[in-house]
Amino acid sequence: MTAVRFWNRRRREAGLGYLMLVPSLLVFSVFVFYPFLRNFYLGFFRTPPFPGLPQRYVGFDQYREILTSSAFSNSMRVTIVFALLTVPTGIILGLVLAMLANQQLRGIGWYRTIFSSTVATSVAVASVIFGTLLNPQVGLLPWLGISTTPSILENPKYALLAVAVTTIWQNLGLSFIVMSSGLQAIPDEIIEASEVDGAGPVPRFLRVTLPLLSPTVFFAVVVGSIVAFQSFGQIDLLTQGGPLQKTNVLTYAIYTALRGEQNEGKAAVLSVALFLVTLVLTIAQMRILERRVHYGD
Amino acid sequence: MATEVSRGITVSEADRRAAQRRAVRRRIGNVARYTLLTVLAVIVLFPIYITIVNSLLTPSQIAARPPVLFPTDPAWGAYADAWNQGSMSRYLVNSVIVTTLIVAGQIVTATLAAYAFAFLEFPLKRTLFIVFLATLMVPFEVTIITNLTTVVNLGWYNTYAGLAVPFLATGFGAFLLRQAFLGVPGDLRDAAALDGYGHLRFMVRVAVPLARPAMAALAVFSFLGAWNQYLWPLIVTKDARYRTLQIGLRQLRATSIDQVNVTFAGVVIAALPLLILLVIFQKQLVRGLTAGAVKG
Repeated sequence: MTAVRFWNRRRREAGLGYLMLVPSLLVFSVFVFYPFLRNFYLGFFRTPPFPGLPQRYVGFDQYREILTSSAFSNSMRVTIVFALLTVPTGIILGLVLAMLANQQLRGIGWYRTIFSSTVATSVAVASVIFGTLLNPQVGLLPWLGISTTPSILENPKYALLAVAVTTIWQNLGLSFIVMSSGLQAIPDEIIEASEVDGAGPVPRFLRVTLPLLSPTVFFAVVVGSIVAFQSFGQIDLLTQGGPLQKTNVLTYAIYTALRGEQNEGKAAVLSVALFLVTLVLTIAQMRILERRVHYGD
Repeated sequence: MATEVSRGITVSEADRRAAQRRAVRRRIGNVARYTLLTVLAVIVLFPIYITIVNSLLTPSQIAARPPVLFPTDPAWGAYADAWNQGSMSRYLVNSVIVTTLIVAGQIVTATLAAYAFAFLEFPLKRTLFIVFLATLMVPFEVTIITNLTTVVNLGWYNTYAGLAVPFLATGFGAFLLRQAFLGVPGDLRDAAALDGYGHLRFMVRVAVPLARPAMAALAVFSFLGAWNQYLWPLIVTKDARYRTLQIGLRQLRATSIDQVNVTFAGVVIAALPLLILLVIFQKQLVRGLTAGAVKG
């Protein structure tokens, strides 16, 4: 009797459990897993040059063709350079501001608010601001004595750098907030003890603060690189991938293939590549960094 | 005796001098610190400052060299232009609607899923939890091709449904809330069961209120994500009726090339809601942004 009731309750609990997962699973299947898996399939078909014509099965030909093209290696290079320009600089600047703002000074709260303020800007807001400030007609650079012919955003040498500066500024608030909370999580006694030991500020930072901060830095590097590899809005608003493809990051190439060229097959192959790159990046960083990160006990 | 006294005086004298020197050094150090902090603050704030100034100038003043760095005669007309002809009012409403739908949806679906993972026993629980975590490995950018087709086929192109429905569930949120629910003492569940509380009542009355910090963190996190979205709204909207603020700003810039001041006013309008929320909810915001960043 009791056993039957027990099993009934178990079954009812299981039913409730599944029911509670249904809304999430429904969204995930339709809008995450299905479109994700369909990319691999779409990559086998060449999109016809005119809509209405049938798609042609080409097997791995399209993968081979696109992934060995110079356009693809250019996009990969640009994306990697963009990540290298934005992630380390962003983290270091955030850390410097956080260390400076982590002092007992009167009015420090104001500085903290200012340093976190760019969190309120979106990619679009930051890009439109910088795009206008870098504009040769209304911008400020000519006045500062910096030549703007061709304009910075149309100059193959500087366009990506300008996009990177915009991105670093937009993310600075977030970086500052993350680094500050990491610093505040370090117990004061540990810092004080090392002060008593007579360690100077630089060795103290290298031997005490930085190791204790490493989980935060680790998190920032992983999340920051993934975000950098998915950057899109600043490219769309500032350079549209130009000049001479110098800012054509992977995500922008997917967008151009899909909307501009109406080429689903190509967009699918590029999406598969973006996924694999992100995956490799995440796993590699986890592996490399986890070994060096000091997680305390 | 005498030597000892005199030695005592010398020592305290030396102490006083050392203390004095330290005080001077500290004061110099403080001046240096404030100078450095202020210089950095000016650099960080400058783009925002110049945007506000330029939104209050006429286009010819903006183009003037040397630039006008303070609006002595502010012209507020650009705000009216951006708000009305520039449709920023419509874009703002759209962003509020879409963001509200996404935040509310994510909180509901994540709470339900997290509760099931934390409090209920059922076959395949571990596997399903891994399925939830696996969604974190798929960047949204790689799903847009088919999602666009799906949304068009459902008749949701250029609608609020098309903008919001793909984001109504969150693996990260479910994970975050599950961790919070696991912190609810088991005794409470037993006591509630004795009081005749079913699972739903226990969830709403006990578990959710106890997990409030995590809930707030999730709300902030999904709010920022939804509010700042760019790629998806760009692809699934085609006119001002459904364009969000971020995409609206792109449109505004394209249509007001001759009036940079209107673009700058649009930027201020687009940034203001978040800036106000940042000031009011600074603490929750920090917690939401750093969820997972710091151990413990």
